[in-house]
Amino acid sequence: MKIGIPKEIYPGEKRVATTPDAAKEIIKLGFSVCVESGAGAQANISDDAYRSAGVEVVADPKALWQQADIILKVRVPMNRPKLGINELELIPEGCCLISFIWPAQNEPVMQQLAAKNITALAMDSVPRMSRAQKMDALSSMANIAGYRAIVEAAQYFGRFFTGQITAAGKIPPAKVLVIGAGVAGLAAIGTAKSMGAIVRAFDTRPEVKEQIESMDAEFLMLNFKEEGSGTGGYAKTMSPEFIAAEMALFAEQAKEVDIIVTTALIPGKPAPKLITAAMVESMKAGSVIVDLAAEQGGNCELTEKDKVVVKHDVTLIGFTDLPSRLANQSSQLYATNLRHLLTELTPAKDGIVNINMDDEVIRGATVIKEGKITWPSPPPKLSAAPAASIQPTAAVVKKKEPSALVKAAKQFLPMLFAGLVLFSVGTVAPESFMTHFTVFVLACFVGYQVIWNVTPALHTPLMSVTNAISGIIVIGAILQVSATSGTVSLLAGLATLIASINIVGGFLVTRRMLDMFRK
Amino acid sequence: MSHSLVTMSYIVATILFILSLSGLSNQESARRGNYYGMLGMAIAIVATALSGSVTAYQILLGAVLVGGCIGAIAAAKIHMTQMPELVAIMHSLVGMAAVLVGYANFMDSSIHIEGIEKTIHEIEIYAGVLIGAITFSGSVIAFGKLSEKISGKPLLLPGRHWFNLALLIGTIVLGFTFLDQIEDGTGLLPLLYMDNGGALPLAIMTLIALFFGMHMVMAIGGADMPVVISMLNSYSGWAAAATGFMLSNDLLIVTGALVGSSGAILSYIMCHAMNRNFISVIAGGFGSGTSGPAAVIEGEVQPISADETAKLLLAAKNIIIIPGYGMAVAQAQHTVYDITKLLREKGKKVRFGIHPVAGRMPGHMNVLLAEAKVPYDIVYEMDEINEDFPHVDVSIVIGANDIVNPSALDDPNSPIAGMPVLECWKGETTIVLKRSMAAGYAGVGNPLFVMDNTRMLFGDANTSMQAVLKALQG
Repeated sequence: MKIGIPKEIYPGEKRVATTPDAAKEIIKLGFSVCVESGAGAQANISDDAYRSAGVEVVADPKALWQQADIILKVRVPMNRPKLGINELELIPEGCCLISFIWPAQNEPVMQQLAAKNITALAMDSVPRMSRAQKMDALSSMANIAGYRAIVEAAQYFGRFFTGQITAAGKIPPAKVLVIGAGVAGLAAIGTAKSMGAIVRAFDTRPEVKEQIESMDAEFLMLNFKEEGSGTGGYAKTMSPEFIAAEMALFAEQAKEVDIIVTTALIPGKPAPKLITAAMVESMKAGSVIVDLAAEQGGNCELTEKDKVVVKHDVTLIGFTDLPSRLANQSSQLYATNLRHLLTELTPAKDGIVNINMDDEVIRGATVIKEGKITWPSPPPKLSAAPAASIQPTAAVVKKKEPSALVKAAKQFLPMLFAGLVLFSVGTVAPESFMTHFTVFVLACFVGYQVIWNVTPALHTPLMSVTNAISGIIVIGAILQVSATSGTVSLLAGLATLIASINIVGGFLVTRRMLDMFRK
Repeated sequence: MSHSLVTMSYIVATILFILSLSGLSNQESARRGNYYGMLGMAIAIVATALSGSVTAYQILLGAVLVGGCIGAIAAAKIHMTQMPELVAIMHSLVGMAAVLVGYANFMDSSIHIEGIEKTIHEIEIYAGVLIGAITFSGSVIAFGKLSEKISGKPLLLPGRHWFNLALLIGTIVLGFTFLDQIEDGTGLLPLLYMDNGGALPLAIMTLIALFFGMHMVMAIGGADMPVVISMLNSYSGWAAAATGFMLSNDLLIVTGALVGSSGAILSYIMCHAMNRNFISVIAGGFGSGTSGPAAVIEGEVQPISADETAKLLLAAKNIIIIPGYGMAVAQAQHTVYDITKLLREKGKKVRFGIHPVAGRMPGHMNVLLAEAKVPYDIVYEMDEINEDFPHVDVSIVIGANDIVNPSALDDPNSPIAGMPVLECWKGETTIVLKRSMAAGYAGVGNPLFVMDNTRMLFGDANTSMQAVLKALQG
């Protein structure tokens, strides 16, 4: 089958759906690939680079759309009368489309695609489970957006991120608050942290606390008990009491921090309004807010989509094209996501796509199958459920706790037993035995003290040297070697021989080993 | 030599042995310690030889020379990967010597003691032969398992605990028969009524002990080998101590006790490192005490190529290498050190993290790394390095599985639950070298392999490491 990659026509979109590297891999799956001339130009990928990867470069967009069996895109197909291109018309009947589609927001597009008997896979609908991670374009784009959010903030923030003490005075570090610690939030935390800022983060899902703290950021705790984890790794809408407590926390933080990055999204709903106009007003002059939810209406009341505005001396950044601002790398990651999806779709590597609706990942991504709208898909069964696995752990631990009586018995029984043995030996044993016994017990204690001091690195030499030393049994053999009886003498001689192997072998191999240890 | 002088020499030898062991507390003093040990042994042997009770110098010299030569050749020829085998076979020699000395003492008619002392002396002979025989046969089986002449899988006979108990009772009964026969020519069992002065019960007991030793080690799985080796080390010490009691020789008692407690402590450390109960290891079989099925590991591994590994290593600052027995099998330690050297020249912090039970005997990995000339000050124990993992950029796991298995910490149903492990998954990236995707020695699925920050480098460890080395150089 032939895969076509048109140039993106959305204004300001610089990304492209495949790169030469990814194309090479796709060709290995048995497909042939063609791209529209100049498709990668904005992402610094020349037509020649595509050609050298074995990709056909087509100058005319119409010709490209006509010959393709599969279309790979970044943005949802659209009509741009200004350019004279209507992608929804160009797309051939029965074609397979793989791109971001956002079916909930793009009802009419879905209808039009279905009418053309299209099979559509939406990269935004790939289920969030561990097997699908390599195809999760939302995560890979969110990661870039989070990074770029901090870079944009730095651009408009008129101060250092890191703190310094110089001869000319002290520079305090910037304080950054990240709201929502998803993929984008964590990327923002990491970036701000590496630039030297003090980073605080908030999320309604308590399980991300550990991730935030692992990045050396401070997790802002809310004195409020409510589980915020929804399905599929997203947060859910919280109760009004919780939101009130949350808003109070933000209001307090707004007075203190210099930069706020908001990434709070709830799937299928407009972004929650977390930063009010009053909070913006309370921020220090020169502060910056980056609103990553601007596309869904913004987490801040004053954000304007796709614009940078200054209100109350605070710069509000509402860009929605952050991944596109790092076009080359985001194209690479997106192309890799697509390539992985294509790999899943062509298990036979014969260049023929097989939409296997029994496969959970493919089922989730497929929003239109041969003209029939299959969105929304049933929720994936394998969604991570961390809470469920904790329960049995606690139960098992509890079960293993023995009663106090058993514990006491376990502690005292061996001592009692040892005492009894010693007592019974003491009552019958003669003087001569007791002298040896004293020596024996004391030697055990000396051994105990000495051996605990041996460094674990030298345990093997310890074993070989104790091996050599236990060859001391040779003394016993030597004492008997001159016995009158021939058999005894023979046995003793044999024992001497064996023990000598041990002594010489043990000491020499120990020396050989110890000689190898060097600084 | 007068009796007092001999005793004085023994005291000197004892002190030298203690100094020898305490010298092993660090690498600098260890070499000196070894020479103390040699000196102590030489003094002890010379003093005994000159004590006046020895006349058959030809046999003595001949035996010492022949034995010494065999030992020296073995010590010079052995590969460091075969150390566990050598140690096991040497344990068996001590056990055999104890049995032989016991028999010689039993047959020696020149000893004249009476009453309770005689009884105790006989118990001592009986016990010495018993421990010696168990040590001997157990070590031979351990040797077989380590050199893969015998399958490493535990051999679990049905009802083996009852069987062992029967053997134990049999040994005790035979012991009483043995004592009775020596004293008045009677026995508990009609079968043994023949007046043979106790030789028959002693011989039968020896066979039982030999069989018991074999059966005991056969039932222990390959991954428990470090415990077995240390335990046999301990037994060989107790065998020497028992011989000391038999001969009323304090030097043997002290030395035996030193070696015995050394082995016991090592066994304890090994059991602790695997979170296993000593009894459960000895009783054999893996995972008999767990309840419920262990969590099934699901997910997909993410493979990585040697070139990508090299790129990751070049980008990293802080690297920890975790070697396991697989590294020894693949003989990859020299290549690993070449990589280490190269990375250290590039200013990277490269360290080794050693789990106490990595390898087939305590401290085995340290010796292998030392052989590859890895400086010992970059080789760290698990407890020293475990806290550092969050700051590590890349960890490389070479031929190890259970010692880096996170389910030991978070899955109470895992067969290795509770075992302390190297927490490499807390680092930025973990690269696992593995021959192919198969369960580890203990048959435990390892969630580490499917973690997001884990990459699998498949293939023979040495070949893979050489490819990485080439990529680093090129």
